[in-house]
Amino acid sequence: MIPNSLPILTILVFLPLACCLLLLPAWKRPRLAFSLALASMLLELALTVGLFASWKGLAAVQTALPGFLLLEDRSWIEAFGIRYTLGLDGISLLMVMLTAFSFCVAILVSWRAIKERAVLFLVLLLAMETGIMGVFLSLDLALFYLFWEVMLIPMFFLIGVWGHGRRIYSTIKFFLFTLFGSLLMLLAIIALHLFHAQQTGVVTFALHALLKTTLAPHTQLWLYAAFFLAFAIKFPLFPVHTWLPDAHTDAPTAGSVILAGLLLKTGSYGLIRFGYPLFPQAAHILTPLFYTLALIGIIYASLVAFAQEDMKRLIAYSSIGHMGFVAIGIAAWQPVALSGSIIQMANHGVTTGALFCLVGMLDERAHTREIAAFGGLWGKTPLWSFFFLFFSLASVGLPGLNNFVGEFLILAGTMKSSPLVAALAFGGIVLTLIYMVRLVQEVCFQEERQPLELTDLVPRELCLLALVALLNLWMGVHPAPLLDLIRTPVRLLIGGGP
Amino acid sequence: MDMITIPAVNMTPIMPEIFLSVLAMALLLINVFVPSGQKSYIGYISFIGVIAAAVLVGTGWGMHVESFNGAVVQDNFASFFKMIFLLAAGLAILISDQYMVREECNHGELYPLILFTVVGMMLMAAGTDLMTIFLGLEVMSVSLYVLAGFNRENRKSNEAGLKYFLLGAFSTGFLLYGMALTYGATGSTRIADIATFAAQQSLPSSNVMLLAGMLLMITGFAFKVAAAPFHMWTPDVYEGAPTPMTAFMSAGPKAAGFAAALRILLVSFSTMQADWSQLFWVLAVLTMTVGNITALRQDNIKRMLAYSSIAHAGYCLVGFTAGNPTGTAGIMFYMLSYTFMNIGAFAIIVLVGKKGEPNGNVMDFAGFGFKHPALAVAMSIFLFSLAGMPPTAGFIGKFYLFSGAIQKGYIWLAVIGVLNSAASVYYYLRVMVYMYMKEPTEEFDWLQVSAPIALSLLISVTGTLVLGVVPSIVLQYAQEAIKLI
Repeated sequence: MIPNSLPILTILVFLPLACCLLLLPAWKRPRLAFSLALASMLLELALTVGLFASWKGLAAVQTALPGFLLLEDRSWIEAFGIRYTLGLDGISLLMVMLTAFSFCVAILVSWRAIKERAVLFLVLLLAMETGIMGVFLSLDLALFYLFWEVMLIPMFFLIGVWGHGRRIYSTIKFFLFTLFGSLLMLLAIIALHLFHAQQTGVVTFALHALLKTTLAPHTQLWLYAAFFLAFAIKFPLFPVHTWLPDAHTDAPTAGSVILAGLLLKTGSYGLIRFGYPLFPQAAHILTPLFYTLALIGIIYASLVAFAQEDMKRLIAYSSIGHMGFVAIGIAAWQPVALSGSIIQMANHGVTTGALFCLVGMLDERAHTREIAAFGGLWGKTPLWSFFFLFFSLASVGLPGLNNFVGEFLILAGTMKSSPLVAALAFGGIVLTLIYMVRLVQEVCFQEERQPLELTDLVPRELCLLALVALLNLWMGVHPAPLLDLIRTPVRLLIGGGP
Repeated sequence: MDMITIPAVNMTPIMPEIFLSVLAMALLLINVFVPSGQKSYIGYISFIGVIAAAVLVGTGWGMHVESFNGAVVQDNFASFFKMIFLLAAGLAILISDQYMVREECNHGELYPLILFTVVGMMLMAAGTDLMTIFLGLEVMSVSLYVLAGFNRENRKSNEAGLKYFLLGAFSTGFLLYGMALTYGATGSTRIADIATFAAQQSLPSSNVMLLAGMLLMITGFAFKVAAAPFHMWTPDVYEGAPTPMTAFMSAGPKAAGFAAALRILLVSFSTMQADWSQLFWVLAVLTMTVGNITALRQDNIKRMLAYSSIAHAGYCLVGFTAGNPTGTAGIMFYMLSYTFMNIGAFAIIVLVGKKGEPNGNVMDFAGFGFKHPALAVAMSIFLFSLAGMPPTAGFIGKFYLFSGAIQKGYIWLAVIGVLNSAASVYYYLRVMVYMYMKEPTEEFDWLQVSAPIALSLLISVTGTLVLGVVPSIVLQYAQEAIKLI
C-alpha cells in the first residue's frame, strides 16, 4: 500500500467526530454550536469537492488496488485480522460528496427548527456523519460492519428525541429492523472470513482478499442471503420496507433528509461494493427475486403513495419507489444500468432531501402536513411553491433535471437484458407522475381550503433551496463529469477488463 | 522417634489468596474497634488490598507453578480470571459505601466478606483438584449468601439471602455428588488424573459412573452461573440483594463458575467433548432465549438486568459449546467486558435509587437523560455495550464468542445467538427511551455522586470503550491464557 502523506480519508471520517468535542464547551450556547458544526460540515464538503476536482490527478497515480484513488491501511485488531482499511474510488467519492452535501442541508434546515437540546442534536448529527462516511469508505468488512451499526445509534436518538407523532414506536421499529438484518450479515461476514482462513491460512477481513475465496454454491447462496437481507432492509425492498414510512414521517426534517438521502444509499452501496462482488454466482441466481421485489416495491409504493394524506408520508413512499429503480439497475448488473443506479442514488438523495426540507418548512409554519389542509399556496407562498413544483418535477424524472438521467440509464441498460422488467418499471414512472402531480395540484393550485397565515421562504431557506436546485439542474443537464468519475470503478466491478 | 517432615510447599501460587484472607480477617478484627459512622475506612482499605492483590497476580503472569501436590496451580488461565474477580470486587467495593450508608446498613463486615468471596473465586480458578475447587466454591458461596441478605432490615434482602442459600446448598449437593461419582470412577480427584483415566478408555462416555459424575457437575455449575433451566433463583436474589452486591454477584461468581467448569471440562473431560458439547448447545439456547424473552417483560430494572445476566451467561455457554480456543478465549474476554459494563450499569442504578429503592422501575428513569447528562451518557454506553453494539466491549465479546461457534460449525447456534441479541436490544433501548424520550416526572434532586462511585464509573466507562475500540491490548492476554489448558 502506498502511504499517503496526509491521511485524508481518516480526516474525512473523523473530522465530524472531532468537532463533537469542540461543541462540548459551547454546551450552553446553541447558536455558537450551530455555527461551529456548520463550519465543520462545510469544511468536510470542501474537502470532498477538492477531492472531486483533483480525482483525475489522483487516478493517474496507481494505488495498490486498481480503481482506487486513495487508500489507507493500518493494523487494528491483529488477533482477529481486522485492519483499518479505508479506500476511495469513484463510487465512494460520489457517495462521500453526497454525504457531505446532505449534512450541510440537514443542518441548515434545522437552523431554526431545533430549539431544544440543540447541542446534543448537533453532536448526534456529527457522529452520524462519521458513521456514514465510514460506511462509504471502509474496505475491511469488519470495519464496515462497525460503522454500519454505529450509524444507527445517533439516528435512534434523532428520531426518538426530536421526532413527532409516534416517534418512539418509529425509532424502535427502525432500530430493530435494521439491526436484525445487520446481525445476520455479521455472521455471514465471520463465516466468510473463516472460510477464507481455512483455504489460505490468512486471517483477514479485507475485501480484496475475501473476493478470492472460493465457495461452494449453496454456501455462497446462504451467505449472500444474509448480506442481501441486511441491505434489502436498508434499501428498503418490499416486504421489509415497513419501517421506512414510520421513521421518515416521525423523524425531524434533518433526520428525514439523512434517512432518505444517505441511509437508504448505504443499502444499495453495500450491495454494489460487497454483495455482488463477493457472491457473484449467488447474486446471479437470485436476480429474478431481486427484480420481482424491486418491481413490487415500485408499483406497490406508488399505489400506497397515492392514498396518503400526509405529505411527508407520501414522499417517504415515493422514496421506496425510487429506490426500486436503483434496485433494478443493480439487479441488471450491466455497465449502463449500474452507472444509472449509482447516479440515481445521488440524484434521489438531492431531490428527495429537498422535498423533505420543503415539507419541513411548511410544517414549521402551518404545524400540519396534511394535504387536505392546504391549497392555493401558489398565490400565498410563490417561492415555496416554485421550489416544490421544481423538485416534484425532478422527482418524476422531467428531462433536464437530475432524476431523468438516472432513470433513463437504468431503463436503457435493463432494456438490453430484461425488456419486460424495463417495461414494467416504466409503468412505475407513470404512476409516480400521477401521485406527484396530484400532490402539487392539491397543495399549490386548488382553492384555499383552510385560512392559514403563511410566510414565504426566508433568505436562509431560499439560498439553501436555490443551491440544491442549481445542483439538481447541473446534474440533470451535464452529468458527464459524474459519469466519468464512476466509469472505471463500474467497469472493474462488472469485470469488463481494466 | 519419627520426625514429622513437613514437605516443602511452594506458597507462590496462592499468595494473592493468602494475602486477601489475612487482610480480610484483620479487617474483621479492626472492624470491632471502628465506630459505626466510619466504616467507609474499611472499604478504602479493602479497595487498596484488592489493588495490591491485583499486583501480586500480575507479577505471576507467564509463570506456571504447581503446588500442594498438584492441587492448585498458578497459570495464565487462573491469573486472567483472578484479575476479573478482583476487578469485580474493586468496582463493587467502590459502589457499596454510598449505598450502604443510604440504606442504613453500613456494617463493616461487608468488605471482608467481599474479600472472602474473592478468595473462594480465586481458588476455583486456580484449583486443579476437585477438592480445591469445591472448597473455593463453598468459601465463595457462603460469603455470598450473607452478602445477598446483608440488608437485614429489608424483607426482600432477607428473602434473597434465604433463597440463595437454599438453592445454592441444593446445587452444591449436585456438584459434590458429581465429584464423588467421578472419584469413584477414576480413583482420583486430580483433574489431570481424571483426564489420564478418561484418555485410557476406548469410549469414556460408556462408563456410566464417569458420565453421571460429569453431568452432575455440569448441573451444579449451571446452577452457579444461572443457566436455564437452573436459573429460577436469579431474579429474586438479584432483585432483593443490596444493589452493589447484585452487581458483584452477576459478574464475579459467574466468572468463577465458568473458570472452574472450563478447567474441569477442557482438561478432565476433553475426550468426552462430543458429549458435553451437545448438552451445552441445548443449555446455551435455553439460557439465551429464556433470559431474553423474560427480560422483555420486566419493569423493575434490577430484575430486568437479572434476566439479562441470564442471557449473557447463555452467550458464554455458546463459547462452551464451541469448546475451541476461540470460544474459550471468547468467554474470558466476554466476562471481563461484562464485568465492566454490568457493574457500571448497576452503579447508575445505585445512584438513581432512593432509600429502600421505591423507584426501581424503568419508568423511574423518565427524563433522566437531560437532568444528569453525564450519568445518562455513561448508562447509555453500558446499555449499548450490553446490547452488543459497536464500538463497545460487548460487541467485540459477542463477535469473539460467535466466531468460535461458527468455527466449530455451530452455525445455527450462532444464528439463534444473534437473533437473541437482536431481541435483547429492545429492553435495553427501552431504558434509553425513558431516559431521553419521555418527559421527566422527577427532578432527581436527591441524586449525589460520591467520589468512589465516580471513580468506579470512570473505570467502567473506560473499560467498556477501550475494550471495544482497541481490544488488542487484552485479547493477547486472553489468548495466552488459554494456551496452557
